[in-house]
Amino acid sequence: MLPFTLEKVTSVQDAIAAASSGRRFIAGGTTLIDLMREEVEQPDHLIDINMLPLSEIRIDGSDLVIGALARMADVAAHPDVQRLHPLIAESLIEGASPQLRNMASIGGNLLQRVRCPYFRMHDAPCNKRTPNSGCAAIDGLNAGHAILGTSNHCIATHPSDLAVVLVALDATMLVRGPRGERSFPVEELFRLPGDTPHLEHTLLPGELILAVRVPGGFYSRRARYLKVRDRASYEFALVSAAAALDVGDGVIRQVRLAVGGVGTRPWRLRTVEEALIGKAPDRKIFETAARLALEGARPLSGNHYKLELLPRTIVRALEMTGEAA
Amino acid sequence: MKNDEPFTDGAVETEERRGGLSRRSILLTIGGVATLAAAPEAAAQPISERPLAASTGPVRLVVNGRQHELDLDPRRSLLDVLRETLDLTGTKKGCNQGACGACTVLLNGRRIVSCLTLAAMHEGAEIKTIEGLETNGELHPLQTAFVEHDGLQCGFCTPGQIISGIGCIAEGHAGTLDEISFWMSGNICRCGAYPGIVAAVADAAKRA
Repeated sequence: MLPFTLEKVTSVQDAIAAASSGRRFIAGGTTLIDLMREEVEQPDHLIDINMLPLSEIRIDGSDLVIGALARMADVAAHPDVQRLHPLIAESLIEGASPQLRNMASIGGNLLQRVRCPYFRMHDAPCNKRTPNSGCAAIDGLNAGHAILGTSNHCIATHPSDLAVVLVALDATMLVRGPRGERSFPVEELFRLPGDTPHLEHTLLPGELILAVRVPGGFYSRRARYLKVRDRASYEFALVSAAAALDVGDGVIRQVRLAVGGVGTRPWRLRTVEEALIGKAPDRKIFETAARLALEGARPLSGNHYKLELLPRTIVRALEMTGEAA
Repeated sequence: MKNDEPFTDGAVETEERRGGLSRRSILLTIGGVATLAAAPEAAAQPISERPLAASTGPVRLVVNGRQHELDLDPRRSLLDVLRETLDLTGTKKGCNQGACGACTVLLNGRRIVSCLTLAAMHEGAEIKTIEGLETNGELHPLQTAFVEHDGLQCGFCTPGQIISGIGCIAEGHAGTLDEISFWMSGNICRCGAYPGIVAAVADAAKRA
């Protein structure tokens, strides 16, 4: 690990003032320390933000507000989260391990770096690690990689389960930086790789995530997060789906659907949602709608199977929302 | 002869590559509880242009009830400080990247992997390691259960499994065998002693 200095801050104002190029905020550290050890991340200064009062989980009107420093385990176990947003609890528990969930923060979860093996492999080219060096995954081992939102420069999936759910639920980010506070949809936090895959998010220099705000809705009943993976726990998704249905008078009145493991960012499926509205919730309808998720898909040598697995996962998740009701 | 050789130690390799002076050789020179600030490493002719990290100032850690005041290079993981500075080698270094759980300790009562956190970030924290479980020579009930259920073969993952099992039981996730399997999945056992591990946690949970 390259040398760095460590600073502890006790106010949001101090944290923002301390931020500058070459520096990183550190919360749980479960991604950052690992990548610093591999010298993929090379900050010369860390700003320890764990003392900041940003761990609160609270209800504000019909919204759920989750502080950026709340730990994954605490959010998943919180009674209000389980009651109002079982999808959030489910996605958190399906991610990482119990130890890591005790450490990792919500803000850090959203900003976690990709798990593409070439990202960590200094001998291989990677446009994310070293801009303009090339992408080893496109012609390499790419069974875990994305089929949606890829470019000729990067095909890595965004690894967060929580992000998939937050994008499905129309959650918003609350951030503060040198120019004040702002709020925007979680979906807009993530950039497509395009020809600048090293730029992953839309935070401005010096901005700190304060909280995530999740609007209330119909998600407390017919909502499921289904994660398909190589082993039953402690594994990243091959394909995952967050689905919430509002069914009344025998038809789907509202639906939220987003998928993980297939996109270079958490992937909301609005065309599939639209195809479901007003229809009776049955398997045939689900299957027809789910095919629309493949629009624009670009499979590679190792991940062709996702063309079949993605619609099947969506259908299963939609069916499971019925079981949860 | 102490059994203090690390299983793998990326940090040591890196420093040897940089300047031929390993952290371990520094430790052996100083002996006992060493203060590992930037100074000894400055002699190692680092290839980096970057100034060496200053120490963070004294960091207080309460480990197994004993208070320590340590002057630390900020790069040092909690795991390395436990093993190399405090000589608590029961906590194991397996993957050193948060994937295997061998380095699990209780930090303020919660199970974490000590390889993915910097010791200097835990001023005032209470840490419990496998060495701190016995009471007046009596094994912790989960340690006894591991013996009774044969919850190990080579034993390398066992300290992490036991600490993690204590966390699992305390969190209320030890109700059924399936639940235990899921909530113990952060601890890998390459010998495959899982049936015994799960049985031991289930047994201790019943007695708790």
